[in-house]
Order: sequence, then structure tokens, then C-alpha cells
Amino acid sequence: MTTTKHKVHVLTGNEAVATAAKLCRVQVVAAYPITPQSSVVETLSKIIEQGELKAEFVTVESEHSALAVCIAASTVGARVFTATSANGLAYMCEQVHWAAGARLPIVMGLANRAMAAPWSVLNDQQDSMTMRDAGWIQIFCRNNQEIFDTFVQAFKIAETVHVPVMVCYDGYILSHTVMPVEIPAQESVDAFLPPYKPHTILDPAHPRNLNPVTLADPRRNGDGELCHGYMELRYLHQEALLNAPAVITAVDQEYGKAFGRSWGGMAWGYQAEDAEILLMAAGSLCMEASVAVDRLRQEGIKAGVLGLRVYRPFPKKELIEATKNAKVVAVFDKSMSYGNEGPICADLKAALYGSGSAPIVHGYITGLGGRDVKYRHLMDAAKTSLTAANNGISTKASEWINCQI
Amino acid sequence: MNTTALQDGLCEFRWHGRGGQGAISSAKILAAAAYLAGFKGVTSAPSFGAERRGAPVTASTRLSSEPIRIYSQVESPDVVVVLDDTLVRTAKATAGLKPGGWLIVNTPRDPDKLGVGEEFCIATADATGAAMDVGLLVSGVAMVNTAMLGAVAKATGFVSLDELKEAVAEAFSPKAAQKNFEVAKLTFQRTKIRLAAGRAAD
Repeated sequence: MTTTKHKVHVLTGNEAVATAAKLCRVQVVAAYPITPQSSVVETLSKIIEQGELKAEFVTVESEHSALAVCIAASTVGARVFTATSANGLAYMCEQVHWAAGARLPIVMGLANRAMAAPWSVLNDQQDSMTMRDAGWIQIFCRNNQEIFDTFVQAFKIAETVHVPVMVCYDGYILSHTVMPVEIPAQESVDAFLPPYKPHTILDPAHPRNLNPVTLADPRRNGDGELCHGYMELRYLHQEALLNAPAVITAVDQEYGKAFGRSWGGMAWGYQAEDAEILLMAAGSLCMEASVAVDRLRQEGIKAGVLGLRVYRPFPKKELIEATKNAKVVAVFDKSMSYGNEGPICADLKAALYGSGSAPIVHGYITGLGGRDVKYRHLMDAAKTSLTAANNGISTKASEWINCQI
Repeated sequence: MNTTALQDGLCEFRWHGRGGQGAISSAKILAAAAYLAGFKGVTSAPSFGAERRGAPVTASTRLSSEPIRIYSQVESPDVVVVLDDTLVRTAKATAGLKPGGWLIVNTPRDPDKLGVGEEFCIATADATGAAMDVGLLVSGVAMVNTAMLGAVAKATGFVSLDELKEAVAEAFSPKAAQKNFEVAKLTFQRTKIRLAAGRAAD
């Protein structure tokens, strides 16, 4: 495909999101402002107001209503978009579950921010993690180009798997930082992402009852057809998510063919092939980790990055494969499952259980509430883990990096 | 692309201004101009958090010959740009500035009169005066942020006036862009320079 009409702009992450939503020709946008997401929907409302995008922008009084509007619009067959952060996502919580259970292909931008209290507008990934069990696909982006590309991919994934997608990107670190982003021409995006064709919509001409009260066991409807019970519907939802990695990977590859960039599907590596120690994270931290890896290699330490792109569904198969030759994996979580450990760390350990080739896994908590994370912090942690592993220490408590207590 | 001043292929900027002066906008325009100049890696970011009009704010820019992978905050900049000269002292503008690095200040004073050590290169420009000369006023206040881009171009040589012109044109309406570029050009011409001790002119 020709790239002559693709132009590089120097954009914030939020501008990349709004531009992607425009080029994906979203038909309904409903959102409520919250830092650091606000400029996404401010930009989109301007784009719609100026007539550059034919879409309905529904102003609402809360995030709960924002997602409720998206659910309604998606139910009648529109391509819909919303964005939020932290407490806004928490306020949506009930509708987050509904959107997933109703199997609606909504795409949400989540500019990752710490959860209050205490109040913080700054970055960590606690908001995403709080919603990890709701049944959405969650994809984490490492830079603004990946944000743009992932949004275009996300609509295709959502509309294929019939599961909503949350595209997660670090607040401020990406949302408010400009960097070069190649923006494809509208016709290229149109060719990649045709208009949404819903398989089941609410239509007055063909009345139907969607998501009624569902009893424990399957039962016949008014027409005598045997319908699924709650458990069957949930099983199918889980099955869709377990089958999603094939779709996510294929869409990423197809995107690569069309636009010259793909992002590793479910998970990706940097200098990971022969790495003794893998630094694992999700989102922008992976970029800082790649610098740490370069410096560690200069010191003769075989280090690599294991980037987690998709957190739900959790890529067990890919992670077992990616870690099988490593001695130790240092997992950097920007969130905490309070009373346990970092969620990515815990999930990795569970994925490796019984795989036969499990490396040692050490957990680190870092960057909570906007605490700056330098590559030297990651290097120090990697060295600590490698030394511990070489001394036969297989398990240790999560360490909190640069926590000045 | 002038990369002679890049250490490890990377140049880090810190911007000091007051909320409302447009430090963040300038940082973004510089990133866009530098991309046009051939830098493959450019980032600009505000200091993260809440801002208030008039209160000291900072922003950062990174320029590199390679795509940028460091997103943590700038600790030891190569270049510090100060939009309000009262901030040179009160905001400790030279904190962390590398020896031989640039301190670029909006002030009518000569570089020698800033009371800053000889280990830094200093550029001064009366951006406020230039903004008033071209009538770049918003609510009666001189807008100095784009003027300072002229001083940055002159001092560091990372971007040319042509690249600034194109980046400014992207950031403003045509009428505003014309004035904003005019002021940058004027400041470029008026910038005064004093190199660090022991550093010869390029």
C-alpha cells in the first residue's frame, strides 16, 4: 500500500486517540471530562462541531451515563467510542460489566491514572487492573504511534470478537507528551476498517428482548426455543476471550501489511531471545526498560524486555514460550492487588505453574501515583533479581522501587 | 539537522515559565520544528500535574537522532529556557544544567549581567520587547513563548527559521502564525550570546 498520503504529525497521546476515533468514523461519542483524558473528548467535540466527523456527541452528567449512552448506541448498531481515567472508570463500573456481558464492541480509551484516595491525577495502572475481571479486552500501549494504531485495530478486534476493548495508555507520560505519529490517509483506514455491521441490533421493525432476566438453568422462550442460562452465556463469553488472541494477532499482522507497523500481537520482546533476565511490564515503562536493557548489556548482563501488550485475555501460551529460556523474570507492576502482590506478577506466576520450564519470578511495584521511574531504577532491580537468582533465591516479597519510607 | 551538540545522540531541554505564558506550547512547537529538521526522536511534555496561571511551571523537550525511549522526567538538561527572568533565581533554573549547557533567558540584560557562572553558555533576548514591537499581545500582555523559539534556534542551531516557520504555521491560525513567526525571527536576530569559559564558537 502506498504511504505517500500518510503524514507524520507531532501529537500528544490524547490527540492520537482523537485522531484515530475520527479516522475510524465513530458514530456516537459520549464521555465526561476527567484528567488526564479530557483533551481526547475536547478534541473530538471540536472535530464533530466543525463538521469534520459526522457523529453524535452526547454530553452527559457522569461517566456512568457516558457508558450507558455508548451501550445504548452500540445496541442499535452504531460504532461508539468513549474515554476516561481512574475514578471516572470506577464510576462507570456497573456499566463496564454490562457492556462486556452484552457483548458490545465498544472501544474505550483509558488514560491510566492512579485511584483515589489520596487524590492523585498522575499515572499508574490501578484503574485498568480494577476492571480486569469485567470481561473486556485490555491492550496497553508503549508510545503514541502504538496508541493510534491500536485504536484502529481495536474496533476491528471488538467487532470480530464481540467483546469491548479498553485501550490503555499511561496518563501524562503518553497522554500529554508529544511525539511523532504517522497518521494514515482516511481511505487507507477505510480499507482496513469497513463500516460496522452488527449481528444483533435493537430495531423497532424487528422487536426483540435483549439481556432479559436470565434464570440459573436453560429454559424455553415464548417460541419454544431452548435458550442459554446465565452460566452458558458466561461460558461463551470466556470462550470468546480465549479465542481472541488469534484475532488480536491476526489483526495486528494485517495492520502491519497495510500500514507497515505491527506491535507484537499479545506480547513482544526486545533483546529477549538470549536473555538471562527479562524485564517485564505493560505500557510506556517498557520503553524505559529497553534503555535499561541496552545499558545492562553494555555491562555484560544478558537482559531483555518482555512487553505485555494484551493483559486480558492473558497471553499464557505466549508468555510461557517467551520466558522458557530465561533464568529470572523481574515484573514491574504499576499497580497493586492490595493484600497480595502486583497483578501482572501474580498472573505470570499462575501462567507458569506446571509449565515445566518456569523461570524465577520477582515482583517490583513501581511508579504509583506518578512516581518517576528511571532506567537506572530498573537496572538496579534487574541486578538485584539476577544476584538473588544466582544465589538460589527463588521467591521473595515484592519490592517497592524508590519508596522513601 | 545539527547534532554536533548532542551527547549520546540526545539533547534534553527544560523550560521555565509562568502558567499562561505558553512554555508548554513552545516546547511542543520546538519538537515539531526539530522533527522537520530531521531529528527522528522528539518529545515534549508539561511538568505533570496541576497548573495555575502565574505560578511557576516547567516543561521538557527531548531531541534525538533516534526515536526517544526515555519518558521519565529530565534531571540534567543540556538546555534550559527561561521565559520570565525572575525565575532564573526563584525557580533555580540552572539546577542540574550540564556544564557547557545553554541557559537561554528572556531578559533585556546582557548575558554577563545575569550573575550566572562561567560554566554555562548563556543566550539572552528581550522577547517581551520583541513581542511588543510586533504587537503580539493577548489581553494586553506580551506573548513571549514563540519569541523565545527564535533565541533557541539562534543559540543551539538545532532548528532553522524555516523549520520554525513551518511548525508555527501548524500550531496557529494563518494570521496568528504570521505574527508568531515574525517575533521569533526578530528575536533570532537580537539574541546575545556568551559561550561558557573554554568553549570556542562553532
